[in-house]
Amino acid sequence: MATFGTLSDRLTETFRNLRNKGRLSAADVDGTVREIRRALLDADVALDVVKEFTGKVRERALSDEVNRALNPAQQVVQIVNEELIAILGGRQRRLEFAKQPPTVIMLAGLQGAGKTTLAGKLAKWLAKDGHTPLLVAADLQRPNAVQQLQVVGGQAGVAVYAPEPGNGVGDPIRVAQDGVRLAKDRQHDVVIIDTAGRLGVDAELMRQAGDIRRVTNPDEVLFVIDAMIGQDAVATARAFQEGVDFTGVVLTKLDGDARGGAALSVASVTGRPIMFASTGETLDAFEPFHPDRMASRILDLGDILTLIEQAQRAFDEEEARKVAEKMATDTFTLEDFLAQMQQLKKAGSIKSMLGMLPGAKGMREQLENFDEREITRTEAIIQSMTPAERRTPKLLNGSRRLRIARGSGTTVTEVNQLVQRFEQAAKMMRTVARGGVPNIPGMGPIPGARQKKQQPQKKSGSRSGNPAKRAQENAALAAGAGAKASSGGSSFGLGGGQAGGPSEEELAAMQKLLGR
Amino acid sequence: MASFSLGNALRGIFATRTIDEGTWEDLEDALIRADFGPAITEQTIEHLREQVERYRTTDPEDLRRMLREYLEERFAKLDPTLKLTNRPAVVLVVGVNGVGKTTTIGKFAKFLTNYGRSVIVGAADTFRAAAVEQLATWAERAGAGVMRPQQQGQDPASVAYQTVDQAQRSGFEIAIIDTAGRLQTKAGLMDELSKVRRVVEKLAPIAEVLLVLDATTGQNGVAQAQAFIEHAGVTGLVITKLDGSAKGGFVLAVQEQTGIPIKLLGQGEGIGDLTGFSGPAFTAQLVG
Repeated sequence: MATFGTLSDRLTETFRNLRNKGRLSAADVDGTVREIRRALLDADVALDVVKEFTGKVRERALSDEVNRALNPAQQVVQIVNEELIAILGGRQRRLEFAKQPPTVIMLAGLQGAGKTTLAGKLAKWLAKDGHTPLLVAADLQRPNAVQQLQVVGGQAGVAVYAPEPGNGVGDPIRVAQDGVRLAKDRQHDVVIIDTAGRLGVDAELMRQAGDIRRVTNPDEVLFVIDAMIGQDAVATARAFQEGVDFTGVVLTKLDGDARGGAALSVASVTGRPIMFASTGETLDAFEPFHPDRMASRILDLGDILTLIEQAQRAFDEEEARKVAEKMATDTFTLEDFLAQMQQLKKAGSIKSMLGMLPGAKGMREQLENFDEREITRTEAIIQSMTPAERRTPKLLNGSRRLRIARGSGTTVTEVNQLVQRFEQAAKMMRTVARGGVPNIPGMGPIPGARQKKQQPQKKSGSRSGNPAKRAQENAALAAGAGAKASSGGSSFGLGGGQAGGPSEEELAAMQKLLGR
Repeated sequence: MASFSLGNALRGIFATRTIDEGTWEDLEDALIRADFGPAITEQTIEHLREQVERYRTTDPEDLRRMLREYLEERFAKLDPTLKLTNRPAVVLVVGVNGVGKTTTIGKFAKFLTNYGRSVIVGAADTFRAAAVEQLATWAERAGAGVMRPQQQGQDPASVAYQTVDQAQRSGFEIAIIDTAGRLQTKAGLMDELSKVRRVVEKLAPIAEVLLVLDATTGQNGVAQAQAFIEHAGVTGLVITKLDGSAKGGFVLAVQEQTGIPIKLLGQGEGIGDLTGFSGPAFTAQLVG
């Protein structure tokens, strides 16, 4: 285990061997199943779940359905995919709101699973949907948990009920009860109760959680669990199921490199669906959990749907149309360039977006080396220009460039490169806007992202130019079937190419995957 | 049985009359369930099979002894003592989110003040809401000084610097610096850690960099350790939450692959629940 591969990596490796085969022998299947077993164990899927899973896959892989299929290897991939989705809970489940508000949501979990942060994220997410959540600070155990919830509530812009100072003082059961009553009086339609973290083996605290559940009668009890947890996930999940009996699971810290294992175990052992996933440090890094997408992610088929949704949320339709117009009429300026870049940043970390692309797992190295700050630097350069310069880059003579370099803390070379890139991008976009096929310079095989000075890494130009086209195609893609993914793919390719994104070969591979 | 325990599982295995294929399978399952991971499990089983072969034993009791000896031997390869001889001895505490860094610092400070050392803690976790207050509460309980950031969201490196500076000027013997939890995949945050280290080293050499790992962590612990070693130069591991049902089998893999010894163990929420690491004791807890 010299190299630490994730589940996706391991399964991809296994299937690469399998894809080349026309027929599967029992030995082939056994070998593959062994690899899957090993990969799942390395990904911390609980042993019992692994045994059951591999058993099912093996049985189906040896059955007639595979040998009658045109491509047995792909059929096995399909089976693994189906079984993964089945374990992860089949379909996505939404929060169930009470007929008579307020809807009470209780959070429970181990210490350090991320309950308090999640309370903030959930509240913000609900508030965005037009709800008026109230956070209740019933974690009176951990030092300053109450204060943390207050701060988080402030950041999310929602009300917090924290009558007790915490740090071991106060009765969490009463706080929870009062919180629900207060919500009724003040007409908050959702109450989120943050409880103290507890170990599965701590009977007393478990009883307390059960009591909170009893007095508040929550509509949803969410079990918050760290995606990095190991084999203990099963024991912990069972203990919580017995102690408080949760209705749904939230997976946190999914932005780390441990993905999948705990999700599979908990869902399989408790039969409760995973409802949300928390994927980052900011309060916005929170999304409903999609079992089918997660399965695809594990199989390295990419998480296209999430990517599209993120892009759609970030890109303003109106804005996109304006830009498209500008491109066509040749009035695209550095100002637009900057606006585009800022929009792109809104879509979330470039790295996380690229990570969702099919085949992206193979480029982990390049992804790691991609420097998000490159965008910030470019931003700084443009912001150091006067409005006139931004509109007419031709104005930029030597002394102006020197001033800009000083103002943005960069060098003249960097300013020169940016202007050059901008011009290239603008030219390319004009071609695209007129319906031509752009000839992208330097878009050969995977650009060496490692060499920082090289152009590929800094070609923010074409990335920023793309969103208009991308947004349009995204919309088409979201509406259309998988077949359209190829066109969507090329637009992603353009967008991500600068960051050591997918090369032409990878895009082709992706089309093959999706066209499967 | 609400929770799985390796000790219980092994007791069942070793209670059988002879060693047969079933024993090996059960042992393999038990080790995997204890988070040893497939690789270490394979190695362990292979080693034990050899031993059993060599000594031609069929007594499960021998097997149990061999397992214990084997694990103790592997744990004993590295030296678990803390090196806090510098004055001030600077200790940097790092780890991913929610493993118990702040709590560990509280306990560690108490551990040190019990031995009559004067301790100052630096709240360089300026990111998470209320982390500073949480640390200050612990410091108060432990009777240690505390260096707070002067403003919201201050650069953690500058807080760390001020802590060491304060320790030098006021003659604190040990300075412990808390850092914000970060996932090892976040390159920018890992760089921040390298910066904290660089800045502190301008004042005084860092005596220990402790990586806190949660006992419930699975095989991802290895990835965590490797990333933190690269960016923060980890010198020792702290395993927390050992009072739960997980006994931290993954630490063997971590220790083997990184060569970093385990130095402290956290086993509860009380301020006294921190002990030094001892291979035999840990093995006993693991194997029963």
